[in-house]
Amino acid sequence: MTVGTMIEVQDLSLLFPLYHGNSRSLKKLLIAAASGRLAEDKQHRVMVRALSGINFSLKSGERLGLIGSNGAGKTTLLRVLAGIYEPVTGTVRVNGTLNALLDPSLGMNLELTGRENILLRGLYNGLSKPQLKALEDDVIEFAELSDFIDLPVRIYSAGMVVRLGFALATAIRPQILLMDEWFLAGDAGFLEKARRRMEEMVRSADTFVLSTHNNAILIEWCTRALWLDKGRIRADGPVRDVVARYVDASS
Amino acid sequence: MTLASRHRFAIADMREGLRLWRLAWSLAWLDIRLRYRGSMLGPFWLTISTGVMVASLGVLYSALFKMSLREYLPFLALSQVLWAFLATQVSESCAVFTEAEAVIRSVRMSFFMFAIRILMRNVLVLAHNICVIVAVFLFLRIWPGANALVVVLALPLWIANALALSMLLGGVCARFRDIMPIVNSVMQIAFFLTPVIWKPEQLGVHARWLPLNPFFDLLEIVRGPLLGEIPPLSIWAGALGYSAVLCGLSWGFFLRARGRIAFWM
Repeated sequence: MTVGTMIEVQDLSLLFPLYHGNSRSLKKLLIAAASGRLAEDKQHRVMVRALSGINFSLKSGERLGLIGSNGAGKTTLLRVLAGIYEPVTGTVRVNGTLNALLDPSLGMNLELTGRENILLRGLYNGLSKPQLKALEDDVIEFAELSDFIDLPVRIYSAGMVVRLGFALATAIRPQILLMDEWFLAGDAGFLEKARRRMEEMVRSADTFVLSTHNNAILIEWCTRALWLDKGRIRADGPVRDVVARYVDASS
Repeated sequence: MTLASRHRFAIADMREGLRLWRLAWSLAWLDIRLRYRGSMLGPFWLTISTGVMVASLGVLYSALFKMSLREYLPFLALSQVLWAFLATQVSESCAVFTEAEAVIRSVRMSFFMFAIRILMRNVLVLAHNICVIVAVFLFLRIWPGANALVVVLALPLWIANALALSMLLGGVCARFRDIMPIVNSVMQIAFFLTPVIWKPEQLGVHARWLPLNPFFDLLEIVRGPLLGEIPPLSIWAGALGYSAVLCGLSWGFFLRARGRIAFWM
């Protein structure tokens, strides 16, 4: 890996085994084994080629947008970059601290208090004691929860839950930030303050990967775009060019 | 992936899990807090229910077995509390990864950390139940003596087995969702086949077959010393042998499954 490269993906392929209702049951496997059909059953296991032949590398400072229709493999690629799914073939090298905003509910347990939720999120990210304290102060201040912080999240108003979730997600500043589009959902009515905080986080990340359907945000925040189609790269280049081709193709 | 790199990744996963012990501890602690949130006595309800159970079963079975309370009650208190730990550890191991599905799908996280969490959670519960044993020993003025220190040798074995079991059952149950009911019914049968309520001596000559039961060996290496007896070599051999098999199986399985667990969620 050359100096300044933050993410390097080579020949990445990912077969996604589908374990629906029946195929994951032991009974079926035992019956298949007893009747000597185990091998055949294995071959007949439904596999989805979620990603294939993905090659790209991201340098420090690059901001990559992933576009493509639903099911093109955008979220799967983010999960592979985050190290959640391990590729079957190919390699993924990541150089630096990484935070993936893939699931808004991570660490948010409605039965726990706001403070406990903040603590857990910090611990999941491996923060040290002083960092945990700083995280707590930062989130409490941004989410304006003052007295509610020691009450279960379950009794919060909807607005408070959104503020807490958002404050938690944006409090940890990694070198590499991966973000799924849920994060931008409904940001029309979002407070100016929240938008500023998110933009600040995106800017402070050294490398940024965003998966979205929102072309305006993509052009605003990203420098480069990767167009995924059925798990393959269809186009890779400057954000405006790729978005233009994508819009042409889908209209 | 080569075998060497599989080993490397599995060891890295364990290291990372140990490094995150504070997270495991917080999760375990919050699990217990959540379970009893809003209740005044909290986990001490467990102490009370175990206490009532030991007292009533003690009186009943000492009469049925024609043993004195002094002879039977310490045995029963230890057996009940230890078995409760063992059985919960087994059944909760099945859900170690599936209950953490949301986390596993959204961050890269050491799988070993979840096993540590389950163990810590059950140790917390065990700590509450130990009150019952202490109360029984104080009530009957029994002191196990210096032999009780032998229990220190058994603890690492229990910890290793608990963690290995979580890694193995957790993974297998995530892949095959119908293993869990099987495990639960096996544990129910094991409860009756293992000397928990009844004493090994009651089997007479057949007692020599008992070390074949892994639950008996593991139970006895802790229970024996606490009752003031040093377990015979055959029981230690059984406990060590079964532990080695379990840890080996668990490690072999984890080598293969580590990269796949996220897909099984």
